[in-house]
Amino acid sequence: MFKQSKLVSILAVAGIALFGAQAVQAQVVKIDGSSTVYPITEAVAEEFQKAKKNAIKVTVGISGTGGGFKKFCRGEIDIANASRPILKKEMDACKEAGIEYIELPVAFDALTVVMNPKNAFLKELTVDQLKAIWEPAAQGKITKWNQVNPAWPDAPIKLFGAGADSGTFDYFTEAIVGKAKSSRGDYTASEDDNVLVQGVSRDVNAIGYFGYAYYAENKGKLKAVPIVEKAGKPAVLPSEESVLKGSYQPLSRPIFVYINPKSLEKAEVREFVEYYMKNASKLTQEVKYVPLPAKAYTVNMEHVEKKKKGTVFGGTAEVGITIEELQKREAKL
Amino acid sequence: MQPLTNEQIRAVIARGKLKDTIFKGLGLFCLSIALLVIVALIADMVIKGSDRFTLDFFLNFASRRATQAGILSAWVGSLLVMLVTALAAVPLGVAAGLYLEEYAKRNWLTHVIEVNISNLAAVPSIVYGLLALGIFVYKFGFGQSILSAGLTLALLILPIIIVATREAIRAIPAMIREGSMAVGATRWQTCRYHIIPYAMPGILTGVIIGLARAIGETAPIITIGALTFIAFLPPVPFTGEPPAGLFDWVMSPFTVMPIQIFNWTSRPDPAFEVNAAAAGFVLMVMVLSMNAVAIYLRYKMRKNIKW
Repeated sequence: MFKQSKLVSILAVAGIALFGAQAVQAQVVKIDGSSTVYPITEAVAEEFQKAKKNAIKVTVGISGTGGGFKKFCRGEIDIANASRPILKKEMDACKEAGIEYIELPVAFDALTVVMNPKNAFLKELTVDQLKAIWEPAAQGKITKWNQVNPAWPDAPIKLFGAGADSGTFDYFTEAIVGKAKSSRGDYTASEDDNVLVQGVSRDVNAIGYFGYAYYAENKGKLKAVPIVEKAGKPAVLPSEESVLKGSYQPLSRPIFVYINPKSLEKAEVREFVEYYMKNASKLTQEVKYVPLPAKAYTVNMEHVEKKKKGTVFGGTAEVGITIEELQKREAKL
Repeated sequence: MQPLTNEQIRAVIARGKLKDTIFKGLGLFCLSIALLVIVALIADMVIKGSDRFTLDFFLNFASRRATQAGILSAWVGSLLVMLVTALAAVPLGVAAGLYLEEYAKRNWLTHVIEVNISNLAAVPSIVYGLLALGIFVYKFGFGQSILSAGLTLALLILPIIIVATREAIRAIPAMIREGSMAVGATRWQTCRYHIIPYAMPGILTGVIIGLARAIGETAPIITIGALTFIAFLPPVPFTGEPPAGLFDWVMSPFTVMPIQIFNWTSRPDPAFEVNAAAAGFVLMVMVLSMNAVAIYLRYKMRKNIKW
C-alpha cells in the first residue's frame, strides 16, 4: 500500500507539474545578478511589492554580474543587476541570442580602502603607493610598511581584499594597478566582505578594500583611508559628497541595471522600472550607496520611454568615470 | 615458569584496571568535546538570535531592515522542497533497495551496481547540482523551481535511502522469508507482508537521515538557481485569481533556509547577524526534530514487530 500510493502521487506530481508550468508565469518580474547592486534592487522590490499590495511578484537572485548577464542573454530574466558595464563577450552573447538591453545607471559606489582605527601612521595613501602595495610584482617583496614610505614603521603589511570572482576585484585592480584582475596573490581574499571587515578590525597593521556600504555599517571598527589620486591633489575620503563632486577618484564607480526591452512590454516590468527610477534616490541612500543626481533618473526614464538600447561603454572596463561624464554619454545614446 | 605470586597477580590486574580507567577517561573526554561543540554552537545561536524569536520572524518575508526581516519564504520553501524530495526519493530508493536485496540475481552486474551506489553516496553535492542544472532546469524545462530543487536533493539522498533499505532488509532473519514462502506466498507477497513491514524502522531511519542532510544543503540549490529575495509564497492549490492548480506550487520560484542564512551573514549591516543566528537555530531545530521523529517511529515500530 505504502509503495503504491506514493508511486502514484509522484507520477501525478511530475505529470501535473508540466501542465502547471504555463499557469504560474503571470506577473513575475525576474531579476538576477551582482551582489553589489542587490541591496538597492532588493529595497526597491520590497517597497514595490508593498505598494502594489503583492499583486505583482518580484524575485531577486544573486549570481554575480557575470552570472546575471549569462541568464539575461539567455532571456531567462527581465532585469540584470550589474556592478560594471556589460563586456564585449557578453554583448556578443546577447546579440547572438537576439536579446537587446537598455542600460540604466542607478547609483554610485565608492570602493573604500580601510585601516584599523588604532593605526597611527597612515594619514593618506596615494594611488601610486596603493599600486606599489597591490601590484603583482609586490608579491613576497613589499611586506613592511617602511618599504612603501620610509617614514612609516618597520611593521608587516597585512592585506585583505576581494576574491578574484567579484566585480569589486576587477574594478580595484583596474583602477589601482592599471589592469583588471592583475593583483598580488599573497593576501587574505574573501568574497564575503564581512570576513575582510573582521580581519582589518583585528590587526593594527592591516588595510583592506571593499564597497562603501560595508565601511558605512562598520564605522566603529574601521577607518577609511583618504586617497590621493595624483601628486598635488588633495587626499579625499569616500563620502556621498566627494563621490557626487567626482573628487573621490579613481575608486568611485557607477552601478547599473540592464533591462530587456521585450520585457518592458509586460505591464508589471514597466511599472517596476518606473517605480525603481522614482524611488532609487531615497532607497539608495538608505542602503548606504550614493544616489545619482535626480536628473539622471529622469534621463533613465526617458531612455526607457524611447527604448534607447545599447551601452555607453563599448564593452570595455573603464575607471574613474564621473557622474557628469556618465550623464553626458547617456544623453548622446 | 614460576607461578605468579598473589602480589604479582594483583599488580597485573591493577595495571589492567589503570589502562581501563585511562581509556574510559579518554573516551569520555572525546565525547564531551563533541557534545560541548554542539552545545556551544546552539547556545551561541540562541543567545545571539534571542531578539528575533518572535512570531513575526516566522511570518515575515525577507527585508532590507534586519528587525523586520523574517524567514517565511525560507521555511516554507525548505518544507516544500523536502516534500518533493521525499515523494521522489522514498519510493525510488525503497524499491531499488528491495529489488537489489530480494530480486536481483547475484552476478557481477549486480555487484557493480552495488559498489557504485555506495560510491554515489560520497559524490560531492555540488556535482548533483551541476547535473540537475543541465537535466532538470534546462532539458526538462522545470526552470528554477521547487520541483527542480526537490528532484536534485532526491538524487542526492537516493543512495542513502537505498543503502539504509538494504541494511534493514538484510537484518531480517532468513527464516521469515522461508516461512512465508513455505506456506505458499509469492515473492511479492513475502515482500509486501513481511519484508517491508519488518524493514520499515530501518528504512524510515535512513529516509529521515537523508532528508536531514538534504535540508541543510546549499551548494546544489544555489547551482540550480534558488533566489535570495522572494517575498511571496508558492500558490496554494485552488486559491488566487486565476485559481492555482493542485500542483502549481511545484513550479514556483523559491528560497530555502541555508540560502537565507548565507545571505544574512554576508550583509554589510551587522544587525543581520542576529537574524542569521536565529535562522540557524530554527534550521537546527528542524533537523533535530526530524531526527527525533525518526527515533520515535523506529521505537514504536520495533515494538510492533513480533518474531
